[in-house]
Amino acid sequence: MKHVDEYRDPHAAQKLAQAIRKVVTQRWTIMEVCGGQTHAIVRFGIQDLLPDSVELVHGPGCPVCVTPLEMIDKALEIATRDDVIFCSFGDMVRVPGSRADLLGARARGADVRIVYTPLDAVRIAADNRDKQVVFFAVGFETTGPANAMAVHMAKTQGLRNFSALVSQALVPPAIEAIMSAPDTRVQGFLAAGHVCTVMGTHAYAPLAAKYGVPIVVTGFEPLDILQGLYRCVLQLEQRRAQVENQYERAVCEAGNTAAQALLERVFRVVTRKWRGIGEIGESGWALTPEYEAFDAEKRFGLADAEVSEPEICISGLVLQGLKKPADCPAFGKQCAPDHPLGATMVSGEGACAAYYRYRRKRAA
Amino acid sequence: MCLATPGQIISIEGDDALSRRGQVRFGEAVRDACLAFVPEAKEGNYVLVHAGVAIAVLREDAAARALDLLGQIE
Ligand code: SF4
Repeated sequence: MKHVDEYRDPHAAQKLAQAIRKVVTQRWTIMEVCGGQTHAIVRFGIQDLLPDSVELVHGPGCPVCVTPLEMIDKALEIATRDDVIFCSFGDMVRVPGSRADLLGARARGADVRIVYTPLDAVRIAADNRDKQVVFFAVGFETTGPANAMAVHMAKTQGLRNFSALVSQALVPPAIEAIMSAPDTRVQGFLAAGHVCTVMGTHAYAPLAAKYGVPIVVTGFEPLDILQGLYRCVLQLEQRRAQVENQYERAVCEAGNTAAQALLERVFRVVTRKWRGIGEIGESGWALTPEYEAFDAEKRFGLADAEVSEPEICISGLVLQGLKKPADCPAFGKQCAPDHPLGATMVSGEGACAAYYRYRRKRAA
Repeated sequence: MCLATPGQIISIEGDDALSRRGQVRFGEAVRDACLAFVPEAKEGNYVLVHAGVAIAVLREDAAARALDLLGQIE
């Protein structure tokens, strides 16, 4: 496939790894923010190509992983109502809430449907006017345009039976939270390419300057990631801390301004809770007053409940790059992808799940 | 979950900015995609599609430059 295959050439990957080895003179710890990149790093064995002195730690950029337990409980509460068709992306339906998951609810008779795009949920609402259709609008900035478009379409079509359970998270405040933690080990970042495709790169320059960290906006294929790492290591070695864009074919400084225009209309910035991490100021989106009528939490009058994570799980530390999955006593034992205890084992892009899937395969 | 897939636009319909959509080919598969956020996209262009919505037109000149650079690494 064009724009994919060219970036998977193993020979070029070796050469890039060699180039990194040539410039590196000391230990560096670099975080890839995005779960899609974590997945590619573990899948293609990128850490194994790197010199020991370059350590990758995995960031909080998996929206499935950071959706709070309370939110999943709310999804379950809505989905199990008789008058509801509950629509979700596939990777959310396996995530355990404090008592059950959406797939389990479906097995017990709830109408839970997996959709490829939120726009399908709007079509389902148009076709089922006697039902309430709720879309679980989970995502980072990348998914914002699709989620915003769904809500906007429902409004323009006058669909009173459509609403969205919004769990949108924002990347720059998460980077800020990681860098302001006193025990952070992160010295450089690969920023998530597709988040920047939508939002542009300007939010990162103040972070690079404030914390003295290089931030390289990076794509998702193996050569993208290796090139992003090369540029990050080079900056670290030269004691520079700038924003660079490795992923120029898909990211420009301003981002997608047409998408941003609708995002600004549909969403406002709010404080939100991140599963495994806790509350981060101004790190999420909620619907603006103009679109509030489509807020599922309001429509169904759901209250916030306090729920707690399993005590053994260290996913909060994994998401902040402070620990690796294998440091967790439950890893691969009480906790595995088909019976996950924590956020990062749930989604295929969570660090624990990626390690479980690929590390074990290679060890075998 | 933030993965987006590059595909080639094979047809475009709808002239209202927010209802613009089209058929996009990903390897063997062809899918419908919302093109509202890529007003500059034309048939034949490659777009990055996430959750059924195109979020960027891929820049061929930038891709060529990146591959060129990769070819020069020793
Ligand atoms: S292995 Fe399971 S229990 Fe341990 S940190 Fe990862 S998700 Fe939590």
